[in-house]
Amino acid sequence: MGDHHHGPAKGLSRWLFTTNHKDIGTMYLWFSFAMFILGGSFAMIIRAELFQPGMQLVDPLFFNQMTTLHGLVMVFGAIMPSFVGLANWMIPMMIGAPDMALPRMNNWSFWILPPAFLLLASTLFMDGGAPAFGWTFYAPLSTTYAAPSVTIFIFCIHVLGISSIMGSINIIATVMNLRAPGMTYMKMPLFVWTWLITAFLLVAVMPVLAGAVTMMLMDIHFGTSFFSAAGGGDPVLFQHVFWFFGHPEVYIIILPAFGVVSQIIPAFSRKPLFGYDSMVYATASIAFLSFIVWAHHMYTVGMPIAGELFFMYATMLIAVPTGVKVFNWISTMWRGALTFETPMLFSLGFLVLFTIGGFTGLMLSIAPADFQYHDSYFVVAHFHYVMVAGAVFSMTAAVYYWLPKWCGRMYNETMGKTHFWISFIGFNLTFFPQHFVGLAGMPRRIPDYALQFADFNMMSSIGAFIYGSSQILFLYNVIATIVAGKPTSDEKVWDGAEGLEWTVPTPAPYHTFETPPKIDPSHAHS
Amino acid sequence: MFLRAKRLTALALGPVLMLFGLLHAGTVAAAAKVNEVNMSPGATDVGQSIFDLHMTIFWICVIIGVLVFGVMFYSIYYHRKSRGVTPATFHESTKVEIAWTVVPFFILIGMAVPATSTLLEIYDFEDAEMDVLITGYQWKWKYEYLNESGENVAFFSNLRTPQSEIYNTADKGEHYLLEVDEPLVIPVDTKVRFLVTANDVIHAWWVPELAVKKDAIPGFINETWTHATEEGVYRGQCAELCGKDHGFMPIVVNVVSKEEYASWLSEKQAEAAEIKKLMAQTFSMDELMERGKSVYDRSCAACHGANGEGGLGKAIADSPIATGDLSGHLEVGINGVPGTAMQAFGGQLNDVDMAAVITYQRNAFGNNMGDMVQPIDVFNHKKG
Amino acid sequence: MIRISANPAIDTAIKLVAVAACMFAFVFVVMVPLYNVLCDALGINGKTSGQAYTAVQSGVDESRTVTIQFVATNNEGMPWEFSPSQTVMKVHPGASNDTVFTAYNPLPKNMVAQAIPSVSPSRAAAYFHKTECFCFNQQPLEGESSAEMPLVFIVDRDLPRDIHTITLSYTIFDVTDMAAGAVATR
Repeated sequence: MGDHHHGPAKGLSRWLFTTNHKDIGTMYLWFSFAMFILGGSFAMIIRAELFQPGMQLVDPLFFNQMTTLHGLVMVFGAIMPSFVGLANWMIPMMIGAPDMALPRMNNWSFWILPPAFLLLASTLFMDGGAPAFGWTFYAPLSTTYAAPSVTIFIFCIHVLGISSIMGSINIIATVMNLRAPGMTYMKMPLFVWTWLITAFLLVAVMPVLAGAVTMMLMDIHFGTSFFSAAGGGDPVLFQHVFWFFGHPEVYIIILPAFGVVSQIIPAFSRKPLFGYDSMVYATASIAFLSFIVWAHHMYTVGMPIAGELFFMYATMLIAVPTGVKVFNWISTMWRGALTFETPMLFSLGFLVLFTIGGFTGLMLSIAPADFQYHDSYFVVAHFHYVMVAGAVFSMTAAVYYWLPKWCGRMYNETMGKTHFWISFIGFNLTFFPQHFVGLAGMPRRIPDYALQFADFNMMSSIGAFIYGSSQILFLYNVIATIVAGKPTSDEKVWDGAEGLEWTVPTPAPYHTFETPPKIDPSHAHS
Repeated sequence: MFLRAKRLTALALGPVLMLFGLLHAGTVAAAAKVNEVNMSPGATDVGQSIFDLHMTIFWICVIIGVLVFGVMFYSIYYHRKSRGVTPATFHESTKVEIAWTVVPFFILIGMAVPATSTLLEIYDFEDAEMDVLITGYQWKWKYEYLNESGENVAFFSNLRTPQSEIYNTADKGEHYLLEVDEPLVIPVDTKVRFLVTANDVIHAWWVPELAVKKDAIPGFINETWTHATEEGVYRGQCAELCGKDHGFMPIVVNVVSKEEYASWLSEKQAEAAEIKKLMAQTFSMDELMERGKSVYDRSCAACHGANGEGGLGKAIADSPIATGDLSGHLEVGINGVPGTAMQAFGGQLNDVDMAAVITYQRNAFGNNMGDMVQPIDVFNHKKG
Repeated sequence: MIRISANPAIDTAIKLVAVAACMFAFVFVVMVPLYNVLCDALGINGKTSGQAYTAVQSGVDESRTVTIQFVATNNEGMPWEFSPSQTVMKVHPGASNDTVFTAYNPLPKNMVAQAIPSVSPSRAAAYFHKTECFCFNQQPLEGESSAEMPLVFIVDRDLPRDIHTITLSYTIFDVTDMAAGAVATR
């Protein structure tokens, strides 16, 4: 690391060989945005086909490939890497570290991602088509009955799993070892806390996903029968293994979003975060509970009643720490001095819509009622409220919030607010009616539907096109800011913002905190 | 055109409809309503319990939501910086924090009690008066009535909506995608136990109004039950992604009076006996062609096209198989083509239907082989 | 805390890699076997034991009768005609009962089948003991021939009193290719 005091290298090699956390963070963010657009265009195809009853644009098999790839790309390509990118940029700056603890590994964990997704996207052109078994890839549809591309899919899952594990190890190693003197755990910004817990979740469950796809691989190519009844295996075992990974995965996606919102709401309320300690404990409880609720995704597989009851009660419990978080955010706003710049708007959008998603989540946890909700559009509506309005809205808020610090230029506030309102309206128009069709009996993952669902589906599609196109405005706003935004050199871009990242110059120099900052011991957490 | 206009009106009125529908959710008729916004209590006591539970939880969520968002919007309005407020500095309150941890816990217990009792109601499988074995296939359902004495009545239930409606060359019917060639028939006021399994991949048998959803898992048997208290036609769909035509394997259940059911069952039994008799019979070309056309439309047209023009499957018109060696054609029909979507229909069609459809394929769509297949030929081919 | 590397960051990383490796192994050495053990013990999914039952029941409980339904299903691509010789039996807990399933292989080639049992209600599975069953082994059958496949079973005296009907389903799979290759792995 002899080049510490130099600026970035020139040309392509800067990006290929960089070990700088800001460069790598930037690459993660751009990559995830590209994946967001790719996954989004798959969603546009889905919504276009569902615009009217009848098959118009694609055939049913291709439709299934779209739903599958949309899920995989959004979860593993867009949301997860975007938060890893944010962690790369912000965690060292928030804890007063000069860089990530393992910079070279940081480079690898990013650079293995793009080839993996390129390969995954290339399966669209393979014989038999891309994976068409849903992002949950239940056996035996994904084993005995899958197209040959499933082997490529398994390889991709392995690669992105390794990438996630490496990224998480790096985050944990950084937080545990590189905090500036005086930066105790209970002084860390909440974003760092939520990411630390998320990273532990990732290290624990990504290997389980790897195990699941390894068993699939062995069943397909090496004659084992983990998931095939003929050889003494059990397709339901797959679901248990998958959801043992899958439920923590849901929190892996949402916890960093909680962290972001916990930074932004105090900043624009000009008041410290309410209940910092309980926020940390609530995050930890959610992470713990995520390991014992997985089978609530499987209420209809025919579990014994004792199992149904256990998983129902455990799932309902999650409402308690989640509620604590929502109450804390609102108390933070209470008697503050609020302003509503774009990051705050997206955070408030998050707060309202995530809470609605939380309510439907509570409804879904009720096993007997879930017999009617399960695998219907009600579920689709629910998880888009928590994934899109939850994770994506908070990520968008994060970009608007820290972009001026990153590039030393202000974004266009009017355009940002317009982006918010179009997103907010488009999102709700898309997903709110899906609650209705789901309750009325429309199953998910179908390319065509009965006539009584037609109107709401058309609304949904129109909403989706609105929400989708609002992202072009976002892209334009970000690029325009980087290229020609109004320059700013205030260290504290937002007057209410707290934290070490606001003590470094704007734009943040290539290297920050080469000598650790002094933390005022009397100062509470940031 | 009328449909489209209606749809656009509804679209404009959408948000109003939503509210209206939610408030009047309790008074839902059994028939499928356009733009329904809520779950139906359906035609069973269990369905009513689930519906009540659903509404209870829903209203609890609404009340909490109104309180939480009320406080939030109050703050958004009154604690704006533009009103010149000075921000407070408080950032914790142990009492309040304990309160909002404990109170939700008790609310949850309040929800868990009715949830548990409804679940116990659903899990009471005993004392069913009849059993039906439901088997999921890619992409149809098979129903088999377990009979203590004598033969089981069994049949397949396929999507009846023609390809022309799906591909928009014909107007869509009232029950578009929710209609089958042969519905499941069960008696009213009877506890019917369903044993659910699958032939290939995982499916899920879901009829909302009968309050039944159960996964059909190959190699394993699941059980569930219903007890319909109102006669009627109830429609549902496969709820677990099961491959290409997952969206095209609907479920229709006719709940009829006990008398009607008894006569339907004896008719089915007679029909089965009739088929047995027909097996030994010789048919004329016209008989075979007529029967063959209905079998073709039901079982072949989805992949091979209504006019044999092909689609997902190969064309039948002018195909080397349908215009080639008869035993080769029989082989494909009975045993399928391994490794392709062409399934073995030998186990799904009876010998009479198989004979008819092979004859039909060889003499329709411009094919003009002139040869006939009799049930005995199919029987012999199966024997080898 | 044991230190593996002098560099604290590398030390943390190595420990975390070990955690990840353990979680990967956990899937194979804990989750899968544990699932199978739990299924056998609790009858989750209606799985019954893959081994013959050898214990002796302490007499027949003639005070109650349990209805046993037999169901046969062919998995995809299995052309055999396969059915129970009796669809229903009424038995007393503790008594040994026997019945047969008949199979006919219509194809002109030798085939091997594996029958997979499943019991409903699943909580009855742990009380349904098979002392002899064609499902314990793969069943070869020559082309165009038929066979009677025996099943001997005992319903446990401890079967919960509220269970009056037990359904035993067999799904028959074509494992000719698998049997030709190697013995199927459990």
